[in-house]
Amino acid sequence: MKISISKIIIFIFVIFFLLVFWKGLKLNNNYDTKSLVGNRISNFELTKIDDNNKFITEEDLKKSNYTLINFFASWCAPCRDEHNYLLNLSKENTKIKIIGINFKDKKINAINFLKELGNPYNFVGADKNGKISILFGIYGIPESILINDELTVIKKIVGPINQIQFEDILKIIK
Amino acid sequence: MKVKIFFFIISFSFSGHLFSDDSQTKLLEIYKNLRCLVCQGQSIADSNSDFAATIKLVVQDQVQEGKTKDEIYSFLISKYGEWIVYQPTLSKNNFLLWILPYVVFFLGGLLIFFISRKNKQNKTN
Repeated sequence: MKISISKIIIFIFVIFFLLVFWKGLKLNNNYDTKSLVGNRISNFELTKIDDNNKFITEEDLKKSNYTLINFFASWCAPCRDEHNYLLNLSKENTKIKIIGINFKDKKINAINFLKELGNPYNFVGADKNGKISILFGIYGIPESILINDELTVIKKIVGPINQIQFEDILKIIK
Repeated sequence: MKVKIFFFIISFSFSGHLFSDDSQTKLLEIYKNLRCLVCQGQSIADSNSDFAATIKLVVQDQVQEGKTKDEIYSFLISKYGEWIVYQPTLSKNNFLLWILPYVVFFLGGLLIFFISRKNKQNKTN
């Protein structure tokens, strides 16, 4: 039986597309930035929320073994949920510095937020227009980034910190 | 009062020209190629979300600094991954996406060639 070349080409086409679709269906299309773990943060300067003359840069972050950078806002409800974990982290562990970055918020509201719930941060900076959040690959609030003294991202938490993530952080920094 | 009006007119006339037409076109092209990560199927150009507004600010800053489109894309890719751009760069993970149209074009051409040759043969027979 003679098989024509056009039939072979059609057959290859069909198999090829089936393979592509089959592979495509198996891909996870949910976006998150956890794949960016391992990247280094750079070119960053953060002004203190209540004092424009004080700021920290990447050089300051190199002084601590681990730094947790937490983006929060007074208007963000999930930030209230994770706040206790941040307080516990700052009380229990001296190996880690916690930097809070107040995202698109009013200064007075942010200060009142910390007065009401407690201040777990070693430094609170302001990101009034959100530009600093882009340097950290942030796309929602709250988000937290754990970095080491080489400024390499070790862990990225999208959304509020929960018990599992809290324990993960403790394991990493112990 | 006249002085105030003069300054008002001057500042008003300059405010619209912060970005030239070329820069505006460049900005729009960049916005259109950037995906709004918190929206459903919208580009940064189409979206009014908080995230899109912040990305627009950052892109405007970088355009003002004289950065090229590719520099801006690679900056954003370094922060958000390849997903942020609609037109991905060629890499070993997505080379198929780039060569597939050419492969289909080539195979389609072959198919048409063989079918038309077969039809000709049938006619002559």
